[in-house]
Amino acid sequence: MKYSYYPGCSLKGQGRAYEESLLPVMRHLGIELEELPDWNCCGATAYMAVDEGKACVAASRNLAIAEKAGLQQVLAPCSACYLVLNKTQHLIHDYPQIKSAVDRAMTSVNLKYSTDIPVRHPLDVLISDVGVDAIKQKVTHPLKGLKVAPYYGCQIVRPYATFDDQFNPTSMDRILEALGATMVQFPLKTKCCGGSLTGTLPEAGLRLSYIILKEAIKRGADVIATVCPLCLFNLDSFHGKIAAKWESARIPTVYFTQLMGLAFGMTAKQMGLQRGLVPMKPLASAPACCAARTAAAAT
Amino acid sequence: MEMTRTIKYEADRVKGFGEEVMSVPGCEKLKDCIQCGTCSGVCPLSIYMDFTPRQVIEMTRFDFKNEVLGSKTIWLCASCYACSVECPQQIGITDIMYELKQRAIKEKVYPRGLPTPVLAQEFTKMVHDYGRVNEILLATKMYMKTNPLAAMGMSTLGLGMIKTGRFSMIQEKIQGRADLARMLETVDEGK
Repeated sequence: MKYSYYPGCSLKGQGRAYEESLLPVMRHLGIELEELPDWNCCGATAYMAVDEGKACVAASRNLAIAEKAGLQQVLAPCSACYLVLNKTQHLIHDYPQIKSAVDRAMTSVNLKYSTDIPVRHPLDVLISDVGVDAIKQKVTHPLKGLKVAPYYGCQIVRPYATFDDQFNPTSMDRILEALGATMVQFPLKTKCCGGSLTGTLPEAGLRLSYIILKEAIKRGADVIATVCPLCLFNLDSFHGKIAAKWESARIPTVYFTQLMGLAFGMTAKQMGLQRGLVPMKPLASAPACCAARTAAAAT
Repeated sequence: MEMTRTIKYEADRVKGFGEEVMSVPGCEKLKDCIQCGTCSGVCPLSIYMDFTPRQVIEMTRFDFKNEVLGSKTIWLCASCYACSVECPQQIGITDIMYELKQRAIKEKVYPRGLPTPVLAQEFTKMVHDYGRVNEILLATKMYMKTNPLAAMGMSTLGLGMIKTGRFSMIQEKIQGRADLARMLETVDEGK
């Protein structure tokens, strides 16, 4: 099955390590991704706050382009993109007034929105289409001894729980366990990281990130694994501010796809791990070339 | 000494406001609220709000338009949807917050000095003009418009972004910007 890849702005911007790790990992598993031509921003949480009709129109342009290109499924790795594209389909489906606004916009540029193309998250594709066993078979460098706090954030399972449980999702747990890693009990799996409030109202937003970091450390995790570029940014970027305001809660955060790549024998550099502000400690199981390089750097 | 009334009168209501909100897609179930407070309990940000989500729901329903649209609460909602999925009445509380945000922006009654509505509007401008968002440029614009001094506090983070190769000042543009702009304009024409 070929999937239309909708990267979204973050995966081309500050969240580029997500794309750098996702693409080779998917290729390695035999999943073909084709970037959606001339895609535009999904609108994220901001556009819905200004004009819902326009937000739906902007998001649906991407779905219409996918339809025109004859693509059957859209893969949206960013949580905000995943939610907005799905939410837009729900709104078009449930409300004739939204549907007619979208249709009018489509007609004005000779596009057509006629079917609801499934918009899916990589976790969904990996669990449902690829399967844990197939992932396990590709593991050459098991993540033995690595303790991971699996952090899903909000918008993957809320409000639409399609492929996982809304309150206790486990898809990422199962994938990372197949890589040989150990999951710590992490009850804050789906708590909010603060979203864009870390930038707009840091007093309130940063506290939410701090709580998640602190809990991961308390639970004995070596690293937090996430599925969202904004979650990673929030958990990785404000350690200085958090230490100044509360206490130090320094723990690395990585994309789950980066851990997959490492387990498949790809190097830390190939997986964009150098892009994190809090670096993850090299694994004992890292490919020999990396271990040698790390040792050289240490001396 | 100036005395202010802390209790709202019937006359403070803007009749019809609650009905209007309820007529918007996703907000219909507002009428079903049983005031249990689950939304306020699960909201990770309610501790910073001037009115809790439960109060916003009740005030909206009973037409306290000015208080609701002028509240900080709606701009503290991070859209985590915890309230929406926990609500025993299946009320789309996050969507109601979105509707209230839209009205506050349209009527320009959001609290001055709050960067959230400024960010939202700059975001939509960027999408309209270029089709894509550059997070660094967007954050810079927001700080310049709200609190240029706060931008200075972000210099360490900016350096970190440069060092890790995640900093770009180049605005990506889509080919179909004219098409996208045209599509967005049809929404205004249809109103």
